[in-house]
Amino acid sequence: MKRLDYPHVGEILYETSLPNGLPVLVSPKPGYAKSYAFFATKYGGAMRRFNLQGRAIDTPAGVAHFLEHKMFDMPEGNALAALSQNGASPNAYTSGGITAYHFESTQGFYENLDILLKFVSTPYFTAESVGKEQGIIGQEIRMTEDNPYFALYYGLLRALYDHHPVRESVAGTVESIAEITPETLYDCHRAFYVPSNMVLCVAGDVDAEKVAAAAERILPGELSEVPRPDYGEPEALEPTAPRVELAMDVSAPQFLVGAKLPAPESGADILRQTLICELALRSLVGRSSPFYTGLYAEGLLRADFSYGEDFSCGTAYMELGGESAEPERVLERFVSEVRRVSENGLEPEAFERARRADYGLTLRSLGSFSSLCRALADGAMNGYRFLDVFEVSRSLSADDCAEYIRENFAPERLALAAVTPRGPKG
Amino acid sequence: MEYTREELLPGVWLTALRTDKFKTGTLTMSLLSQLDAETASMHALIPGVLRRGTVRLPDMESIAGELDGLYGSRVEPAVRRVGEVQLTGFTASFPEDRLLPERMGLLGRISSLLGDLLLRPNTRGGLLLPDYVNGEREKLVERIRAQKNDKDSYAVQRLIQLMCAYEPISAGVLGSEDSAEGIHYTRLTRRWRELTATAPIELFYCGSESFSAVADALGEALFDLPRGELDADIGTDVRMNSLEESPREFTDLMDVTQGKLAMGWRLGNSMLEPDVPALMVFNAVFGGSVTSKLFMNVRERLQLCYYASSGLDWQKGLLLVSSGVAFDKLGAARDEILAQLDEIRRGNVTPEELTAARRAVRHRLATMSDDPYSLEGHYLSFNIAGSDASPEELAAACEDVSVDEVAEIARNAECDAIYYLRAGEDGEDEEA
Repeated sequence: MKRLDYPHVGEILYETSLPNGLPVLVSPKPGYAKSYAFFATKYGGAMRRFNLQGRAIDTPAGVAHFLEHKMFDMPEGNALAALSQNGASPNAYTSGGITAYHFESTQGFYENLDILLKFVSTPYFTAESVGKEQGIIGQEIRMTEDNPYFALYYGLLRALYDHHPVRESVAGTVESIAEITPETLYDCHRAFYVPSNMVLCVAGDVDAEKVAAAAERILPGELSEVPRPDYGEPEALEPTAPRVELAMDVSAPQFLVGAKLPAPESGADILRQTLICELALRSLVGRSSPFYTGLYAEGLLRADFSYGEDFSCGTAYMELGGESAEPERVLERFVSEVRRVSENGLEPEAFERARRADYGLTLRSLGSFSSLCRALADGAMNGYRFLDVFEVSRSLSADDCAEYIRENFAPERLALAAVTPRGPKG
Repeated sequence: MEYTREELLPGVWLTALRTDKFKTGTLTMSLLSQLDAETASMHALIPGVLRRGTVRLPDMESIAGELDGLYGSRVEPAVRRVGEVQLTGFTASFPEDRLLPERMGLLGRISSLLGDLLLRPNTRGGLLLPDYVNGEREKLVERIRAQKNDKDSYAVQRLIQLMCAYEPISAGVLGSEDSAEGIHYTRLTRRWRELTATAPIELFYCGSESFSAVADALGEALFDLPRGELDADIGTDVRMNSLEESPREFTDLMDVTQGKLAMGWRLGNSMLEPDVPALMVFNAVFGGSVTSKLFMNVRERLQLCYYASSGLDWQKGLLLVSSGVAFDKLGAARDEILAQLDEIRRGNVTPEELTAARRAVRHRLATMSDDPYSLEGHYLSFNIAGSDASPEELAAACEDVSVDEVAEIARNAECDAIYYLRAGEDGEDEEA
């Protein structure tokens, strides 16, 4: 395996690409008792339509998430139970762009790794188990639909996007998952769960060669074609609807402000754009910004205020929000901050504080095996090396961020979604 | 990891773990006091108010700006309890200097910030600012009210409150809503001054700096710490036995869709000389792991509940079970939980169950050494109890725990109270 050194941040990384196209990344963590393995496919809820071997395929909403639930079924029993009995803590999740399976353990790491690789590469679905899962996931969907944070999040995405599938819930709807059959699951597994469309990432006090050898031994050897997701026509950068308001059972109004961002195709550009956006937001609305401290002192923002950006599924957006009695006034204040920076540029001190804070927080995140592996895997799937982030950070300037703010956070680009308390009945 | 523990100033102890393992250094400061309904809310409020501003950094904006500039260092108010000792102070973490593009001397700067927060807050005429006190008091009141939102932990909290009604632990680590609402800034200022003068202080550091570097940095930061007569009577009141012959039962009615069941035992003679590794293995056999009797039987086999798990407060001598149960199964779940404990009392623990329990405890102790905050929690709790057993030592001792010892702990335990949380309006007649 190839060894990469990042002495400035005390990291080493082993990486290789197997003949079947699977990237394997291992971050050695000497002295740690726990080890963590993360096995993911570049297949998520937003990839409903795709082209494979010249054929256009359309699937119901929610297949990726459904498939994640059913993958743990094995002809000989349940893989979740097998891993737990072997002392591991396994879990899985599905987002718009990926499905990931992972475990943490302090004993029997290689055995657990074998189980992980085996069950994720073994499709086993029956009409009976699919039917049963439709009931379970149906319940889950109904419960999340009542959740105001969930409603708010998708409210924003629907305000921003006209037709891109990220605007639809990853889990699908009760109606859409009713269309799923064992064949749908077999088809999507065959298309997306090929090693060339996946990544294996491990962090821990482990032998990198042994990790790669296990993947080579257990996974299919041939190099398969990767499906091309179809997200439809590119979207304009302006939101579809500048305002979305929902009434639900909340004690105080919750809001999200968002904007669609230009999405780089792939590679180092994604890393750079993500970082510029992150620093732009931190400088503008971070914990030490006049925006946040001012609104906090006026009682219009609370400590739950947060912000972030997402670059995946061929698109990108930023969001910021939390609880506020007057979301419109928060938006107004944000607009005037953007105007100020667009006219006068970003204060070098504010940018430098943001850059340092981000550097330190990213460094801190390397200590969390789950976030490290996720970041490494995202990089491997999109053609960049995550640990280059520190180098990129040093190369950025206040002007880069000011320009980004000017271009992307202008008033006509912003949408506001709010969930307000339902009025008294009657 | 190199462990050192020394008294820096009268009643001020520094525990340091030297290691290169982590990307960040961790530094915490805890002022120890007797948990007491009179002062619990004030002690919970003090660090939040102090964190609002210092003489040098007078407001949130300047503190946040300073921390951002220190590469995203963090300093947060912290209120906890170990047994019946209330811990009030701050937790801080900061990147290791060697991993930054420039030499920042973060240990010194964060130590100094901690010293400023504790001893040199933003005051007017020697009094904490009413604005800060009022703002943080509202937040504390909200936090106390919000304890009701998480029904699982609320049920356990209510159980302890009712079961130990005449013991300090019933005050709760945040105190009551009423006592919090009544806090006035002059009284809080007085309490802050008394606390800094009389409280024993535990300092904890985990990171790559040497003990002497840490001791120097903290010594400098706390050079003017007032040391009056130290509160020497801080401790935990352990009741060995249940109050009445059969467990007392309590019910609360709330707007809930799922019932909650919480049960409490006194550990009895096991508290004469607590054998912590044996208690940990016992807990993992009973309800503290996914292979436990409660999980395998009450949840999986009989499907009487959505979850059922047990936990220990070994300083206070309590065994607690928490369970989520459909309303019509509350009685059956309670009976089965008691029956499972009886099984252990009779020594009915299979070798597989014992092995799995030991493995679960070992796993938990092993992962502790991978996280500075877990290590901090561990040493703080053991140091207060007068021990400095490392997680590794405890894990090794677990290997020798026998079925007899586990059964003996179960036999010593006396069920003292059972608490039910179910749907209904207050004052409604309880169903039979």
